[in-house]
Amino acid sequence: MSDKVHLSIPVGPDDHSRGPLDAKLTVVEYGDYQCPYCGQAYPIVEQLLSTFADSMRLIFRNLPLADMHPHAEAAAEMAEAVALQGKFWEIHDALYENQRDLSDASIRRYVEGVGADVEAATKAIADGGPRQRVEADFEGAIRSGANGTPTFFVNGVRYDGSWMYEPFSEYLSELLDD
Amino acid sequence: MRVLITGNARSEPFRSSEAKGSASTGPSEPSYTHRENSVKQPKLSLERSAHGVRGGGGGPRIRPVGDPRSEGEALGVQGTYPADWSPVCSDELSVFSAASRMFHDRNAQLLGVSVDGPWCHEAFKEQRNIAFPLLADSNPKGGVAKAYGVYREDDDTSERALFVIENGKVVWSDVSPVGVNPGADGALRAVEALS
Repeated sequence: MSDKVHLSIPVGPDDHSRGPLDAKLTVVEYGDYQCPYCGQAYPIVEQLLSTFADSMRLIFRNLPLADMHPHAEAAAEMAEAVALQGKFWEIHDALYENQRDLSDASIRRYVEGVGADVEAATKAIADGGPRQRVEADFEGAIRSGANGTPTFFVNGVRYDGSWMYEPFSEYLSELLDD
Repeated sequence: MRVLITGNARSEPFRSSEAKGSASTGPSEPSYTHRENSVKQPKLSLERSAHGVRGGGGGPRIRPVGDPRSEGEALGVQGTYPADWSPVCSDELSVFSAASRMFHDRNAQLLGVSVDGPWCHEAFKEQRNIAFPLLADSNPKGGVAKAYGVYREDDDTSERALFVIENGKVVWSDVSPVGVNPGADGALRAVEALS
């Protein structure tokens, strides 16, 4: 096994992105809205974005582990449908902040809560686009060697260390100093 | 074609307490409703594994039945993995389980093997809804792992290893450090190169 595992799908214009486009650090998170570890990582990633506000860009992609998390795919598809209305990060945050209750009815409430059009999102899901996107993300994750949720790639290399704030921020600081 | 996923029975404190957050302070998994696996897996016989090793345990539903050749299987991916309930392998098996359709589409059958007994496997498989068979290498303990050269004498378990088996021969293999979850990309590329 090689020492480093690399992201197989490069970051592109269609990715959900936060932070400066020319940031020195690009962090790709493969996540699952129902995964409790992703829920635990969510505020840590927020904290990292704040600490590295000028130098870190966050990309979120879907890796729903549906066998374990029965609501994960529906949540991911709804997030992608709401993204079509330009509110991806709003619904992403709402889903993680409410991940204890991801029933279909609750998810629709969160969509309303972020000011998105539920009917339009539901229609987009019925048309199949969000599902295709989630499946493409999933396949890209597997091909990239994502090994659980969340899996982080920093500047294209899988980060195998701890994603707790201290060690992760230390790692990012070291990369910035290089 | 089959993919064998193997491992050992010792949980890894580093991974359980650091890499995936603290198991004791982190959020607990919510309870899940059981769902039938969407991918139908053909039944396989451990007695007809690549080395012809008989290694199955005695559980009524785990005990593998049937001849893989009768199911039209040419290719398989098998792996040994650590214990059923350690966080790292849980992730490994969950990722492979989620990716099982990608393997299935390429005519590859996934199989997990560890020294855990069939009852342990059954509980684990049901709780995690693992989409492929878990085989008990418990009687004689580690018999399969020894045949594949991945038994760990020190702790009576097996290495975290992956084997791609085609027509009874190991055509690709990978052994990861016990604490590192390999992901499914290597085995998938190996399967794609063959299919």
